[in-house]
Amino acid sequence: MSFLDISHLEKAFGTNRVVKDFSLSVEKGEFISLLGPSGCGKTTVLRMVAGFEQPNSGAITIGGSNVVGKRPNQRNIGMVFQAYALFPNLTVAENVGFGLKIKGASKAEITARVQEMLALIGLPDKGASYPFQLSGGQQQRVALARALAPKPQVLLLDEPLSALDAKVRVSLRNEIRAIQRELGITTIFVTHDQEEALSISDRIVVMNGGIADQVGTPFEIYNRPSTRFVANFVGQLNVFRADEAGRIGGVSMGQGDFAARPEAVHLGRASGADIVLPATVTEVHFLGSVIRLTADVAGTRVSLDTFNRADAPPPEVGAVVELSLAARDLIQLGA
Amino acid sequence: MSLWARITGWIVLIFGLTYFALPLLGLTEFSLKARRGVYSLDAYTKIIGDPEFQATFTYSIMMALVTILFGVLLVVPTAYWVRLKMPWARPYVEFITLLPLVIPAIVIVFGYIRLYNTSSWLPMTGTIMGTNLLLAFGYTVLALPYMYRAVDTGMRTIDVATLTEAAQSLGAGWATILARVILPNVIPAVLSGAFLTFAIVIGEFTLAALLNRPAFGPYLARIGANKPYEPFALSVIAFGITWGCMGLIQFANRLSKHTKAAQ
Repeated sequence: MSFLDISHLEKAFGTNRVVKDFSLSVEKGEFISLLGPSGCGKTTVLRMVAGFEQPNSGAITIGGSNVVGKRPNQRNIGMVFQAYALFPNLTVAENVGFGLKIKGASKAEITARVQEMLALIGLPDKGASYPFQLSGGQQQRVALARALAPKPQVLLLDEPLSALDAKVRVSLRNEIRAIQRELGITTIFVTHDQEEALSISDRIVVMNGGIADQVGTPFEIYNRPSTRFVANFVGQLNVFRADEAGRIGGVSMGQGDFAARPEAVHLGRASGADIVLPATVTEVHFLGSVIRLTADVAGTRVSLDTFNRADAPPPEVGAVVELSLAARDLIQLGA
Repeated sequence: MSLWARITGWIVLIFGLTYFALPLLGLTEFSLKARRGVYSLDAYTKIIGDPEFQATFTYSIMMALVTILFGVLLVVPTAYWVRLKMPWARPYVEFITLLPLVIPAIVIVFGYIRLYNTSSWLPMTGTIMGTNLLLAFGYTVLALPYMYRAVDTGMRTIDVATLTEAAQSLGAGWATILARVILPNVIPAVLSGAFLTFAIVIGEFTLAALLNRPAFGPYLARIGANKPYEPFALSVIAFGITWGCMGLIQFANRLSKHTKAAQ
């Protein structure tokens, strides 16, 4: 049995079923992301693990014991919120030490642990500051330290980076991952940002309409999406209907729809590519190291990425080109 | 702003000031006239030296403090719970807290006397302590509209739900959350409620008179009926107390900006 086990979880608010038969097994020390659009039930799952919502049915076990029915303050869980939720009347050190104080730890113990935590998040000198004197990124790091200080069994992160600006978001997510690895703490991270989920997770659960559509490593999720929703939600995608693919590529593809990632489509005839498509370039976006092209292939819009090379300038809009891709790079989409 | 609007503004302001300030000035001036022909503080020294003044004033201050304590214990958890778990109940709770403004104090006190008299199932008026308690409950009711509104407004400025969940996930129970997280963050609001309560209790007449307790309000009325200059000196003192309370509210609000986070 895994460390954190969620089985057949159901939750409805009134007649609205937000979580439907959700099951997930998380190993100790694993970093799992719940990824999905707003309203997909990911936050509700997290809140049920935390104990802020009670499931209608199903079980949640942590370390072998069922926590359903236990109050949030009995679950030994650390939680970080989107809105930081630091206690405004307490200093940074008092915030971080709050959980330990409630547990009845000695003063010396608290001071030592608070210092350790502040060093871990890189704010060793901010102990005496009040939350309002810190930037958003600093506040969220303090919130992380506060959640980790009482040594929780599980760390829950509810869109912790959404309120921050882009640059801080990237650096803080790397920091969160590094701290999580260092402490080896089992973590569930809720996000609607696929790039965030792909970059820091051991495994990702893509949720849609209260169901876990696919569970897998970032590599699997990105390269082998099992449903159309996952394929569309994670990364960019060119979708072809089977007959269309057969018509324009001259190859028989069988049933269902197919998709290709922009990086799977090559400009010109690439070696190993067995499908060649004549196309007209409609858009050129120069992004620095990558050039993103959009081309029209017999009425279907196809986007592709090529690396920038100083000796080969990108084609002009309106240029007639050949695109090629390998049949094995095509993703077959389910219904 | 046009010149005309500015002139109108000034006229209104001066009219208002005259309306409020002139009677006050007259009152103060008269209270200083106890000695014939010269201004003196005779009326004030007489009042302040009166042992009954000291006794009733101390009694009312004690009652005000007890009332504030009751008010805080009643209103903070209620406002918190309504915000957190029963937002649908807010209009009803607001309506109930407004009732003391429309139900006269005399009705409340007669209700009390009927319910808690010496031959009732809970004879609170039978002992001095019981009557004092009843009076403090009555004051709490009278101060409820102000206390509730002040605290509720204070709670609006903090994210009650998320702070509660954060504290819960750190292992805190309800009592800890209220005492260590919610209350410290609404202290400025509680203080404004407390000063309003103080001002109400100090001058309250009906409850204290009908429950026959030696409070400041009935003393004020008695002096007013029997003495020439002292009541005016007392009025000036009462105004001073009220304004002092209002000043303290301002002070509490300003003080809070240093400790409270920008949300």
